[in-house]
Amino acid sequence: MVPSTAIAASSYAVERATLRNGLRVVIAPDRSSPVVGVAVYYDVGIRSEPAGRTGFAHLFEHLMFQGSVSLGKMEHIRYVQSSGGSLNGSTRLDYTNYYEALPSNALERALFLEADRMRAPALTEDNLANQLDVVKEEIRVNVLNQPYGGFPWLTLPPVLFETFPNAHNGYGGFEDLESATVEDASDFFDHYYAPGNAVLAIAGDLDADQAMTLVRRHFGDVPKRDVPPRPDFEEPAPTSERRAEHHDALAPAPAIALGWRVPDPDDLDAYLPHALLASVLSAGDASRLRRRLVQDDRSATDIGAHLAFMEDAFDVRHPTAMIIEAHHGADIPADRVVAAVDEELDRIATDGVPDDELARIRARTASAMLQRADHVLARTLAMASYEQQRGRAELVGEMPALLAEVTGEQVSAAAASLRPDSRARLDVIADGAR
Amino acid sequence: MSPTRRPAKPREIPGLTRPRQPRLPSVAERTLPNGLRVVAVRRASVPLVQLRLRIPTAVRREGDLARMLLLQRSMMLGTAERSQGELAEALQHLGGSLRVYADADGLTMAGDSLAPELGSLLGLAAEVLTSSSYPRAGVEREADRFADGLRRALSQPGVLADEAWRGRAFGAHPYGRDLPSPDEVLEVPASSMRAAHRRRVGPDGALLVLVGDLRPTRALDQVERAWAGWTSGGTGSHVPALPTLEPGPLVLVDRPGAVQSNLRLGGPAPRRSEASYPAAEIANALFGGYFSSRLVTNIREDKGYTYSPYSVINNAAGGSWLTVAADVATEVTAPALLETSYELGRMASLPPSADEVAATAQYLVGSIALSTATQSGLADTLLDLLTDGQDVSWLREHPQRLAAVTPEQVHEASVPMLGPAGLVSAVVGDAEVVEGPLSALGAVVRG
Repeated sequence: MVPSTAIAASSYAVERATLRNGLRVVIAPDRSSPVVGVAVYYDVGIRSEPAGRTGFAHLFEHLMFQGSVSLGKMEHIRYVQSSGGSLNGSTRLDYTNYYEALPSNALERALFLEADRMRAPALTEDNLANQLDVVKEEIRVNVLNQPYGGFPWLTLPPVLFETFPNAHNGYGGFEDLESATVEDASDFFDHYYAPGNAVLAIAGDLDADQAMTLVRRHFGDVPKRDVPPRPDFEEPAPTSERRAEHHDALAPAPAIALGWRVPDPDDLDAYLPHALLASVLSAGDASRLRRRLVQDDRSATDIGAHLAFMEDAFDVRHPTAMIIEAHHGADIPADRVVAAVDEELDRIATDGVPDDELARIRARTASAMLQRADHVLARTLAMASYEQQRGRAELVGEMPALLAEVTGEQVSAAAASLRPDSRARLDVIADGAR
Repeated sequence: MSPTRRPAKPREIPGLTRPRQPRLPSVAERTLPNGLRVVAVRRASVPLVQLRLRIPTAVRREGDLARMLLLQRSMMLGTAERSQGELAEALQHLGGSLRVYADADGLTMAGDSLAPELGSLLGLAAEVLTSSSYPRAGVEREADRFADGLRRALSQPGVLADEAWRGRAFGAHPYGRDLPSPDEVLEVPASSMRAAHRRRVGPDGALLVLVGDLRPTRALDQVERAWAGWTSGGTGSHVPALPTLEPGPLVLVDRPGAVQSNLRLGGPAPRRSEASYPAAEIANALFGGYFSSRLVTNIREDKGYTYSPYSVINNAAGGSWLTVAADVATEVTAPALLETSYELGRMASLPPSADEVAATAQYLVGSIALSTATQSGLADTLLDLLTDGQDVSWLREHPQRLAAVTPEQVHEASVPMLGPAGLVSAVVGDAEVVEGPLSALGAVVRG
């Protein structure tokens, strides 16, 4: 038994309601600064794209900024920014989110703007053609014209997974993107953007009752629509090592990524040890992999371990992965990097994790979570995703204490599950090296 | 199957309610006998503390940049009492971290910890400042890793474009480059680090900012106790003033086969202390500094040439300048430059509308509120302002200055900063494809 030390925490009281149209609402006041965060999470992401429509969830996210019932092109953005706010959206495997942080006197305006596009975004030929061009430039700047572009979030999933939802390229192929139509967009909206398929989170400088009144005023009459059942994306885990090579014409040196399936994130008892293991492996200069490969062996110039391909550990659904990625010199065989990783995993599995090591990892993890929660928008986003995926926005304050209950034995067992014969391995071949 | 949708009717957009003013932080301040200025601010939103230390020590000569960046990367490799691993473990036990950054103007140490551990965090930071050990093998390893990281950085087209623009704009001035070459780093003797630390890492002229769940006066006492032994180093050094920009032909750096071109344009900007600064900030934002800007509206939302074009005012010790950046599809390189020049020229030729100015000012005022709403944001902002010779009253007064700016003032500020005739331009792209079309718009030289 590991004695549980006191863990620093902040708690946020959460008010919640479900509107008659099915929209779930969570509100958490915090009057320490005169700012608010507003986020809408739709329960649809890259995994729900149909074959032949890769990249569509992300393209659609762009269309949600192009205007709506009461707002012309650019007006949504201008109303947020001219209120002193900032805004963005993102598309992930399991959700698509839209969010803004604003001075608190703009709360009602922000709610209006989100409700207006939940009612009906401006899905037109012009907007689609324009945003198709913008998305292509986004893909060029982040992937096609970039060394290590898409490594490993686009290049490792097709090695680890076999089914289309889990394996396909979430940015999309240009051919698929170009074949998208306004009708596709309209169908996608009707199917997935029902209020009952969304969570609205609000946090910061507000009165909970007043905020709930404003939510009902602006979202209450968004028509109710059917909510699609969420598909089960489970597929069998690898039973032998799966390998692939990726030739990167722009990369000056090789890199490698390893991926393993991990327990369903919904099962926190089984999943949290993996979150702590990722920190034991690579958080800071005192971590196992950085000490062994970067400082002692000098076999890697950089190495990192994390859960989930494009999200953080706690806003992804099953199936997901533990990923270890390393950059190494051309004179170091990738097998040497992999062998050192395997040895370190074995050491944790065999010898366990000393209490002292576990205590410092817990302390750092708790403070990193507190620091994120200090940011009103980061807190709002975490509340929305916890509410959507786990029905408990309060986890934004509770997670450090839950992580503190994980024992060294559980972390050892997590390390033992990352076996060579159940992993995916991707070698980046540096064709850009002179 | 789509449900039949009744077309919804447009509704009236709600106005803003009465704003609640951000509370100005109350600041406790003390200058220690060793010359270190310490500022402590209580902000108890979460039980953490933030530490920021700025040491002015400039890049002045050839080779300084590589030496300073290697110093920065090697400072946490151990102390007289602890190895690198032991130092990292001790920080983790505090729920803490400590990192070092460097640029041509100096070094920044940034850290944080759980609030009750402030004293221990200060102790570890003092240990690094007074006894960083620079073990030879560790420094050589960091040099190798840094060289490797530089090779990766210099394979990124955006980085190449930034460096090409700096070189063309600032030449031999220390700001003429942001990154050393891998070879320069590998030539720095590992044995020179301790002397470099003694010379550069001194308290005289340095600034320490503490923000968080702390008692300001007590925090000042804690610093005075823990940091009294830090006495090394000369007084801080500064880069020379920026040279006057010499506009000239566009510099084209060839990147054969590139599917995008990276455009960089820029000109002189006023310093924070100048009267025209608020108007220049609005001019920059209105032109390209936020999503609602003219540049984004034109080359992204109308033409679809690019994903994230932007402009920004850079404030550094030697001066301020403006940068405009856009990464565009190769086939629209010249049209994108033309539209960018058009929007720049429009700023320099005509005052913007009063509505545009008011919306932009409101955005900038809101940005101040948002960026100071967290402990770490407030710490970063205060370090930046105080390093630049301002004080905390800037947080109260600057919003008022922004709100008072007129369209005519924005126009006046735009002429020297955004007028195309005064700008320096660089492009990284596939020269075989883009050189002809670019040459039709103006003179081009290969860089």
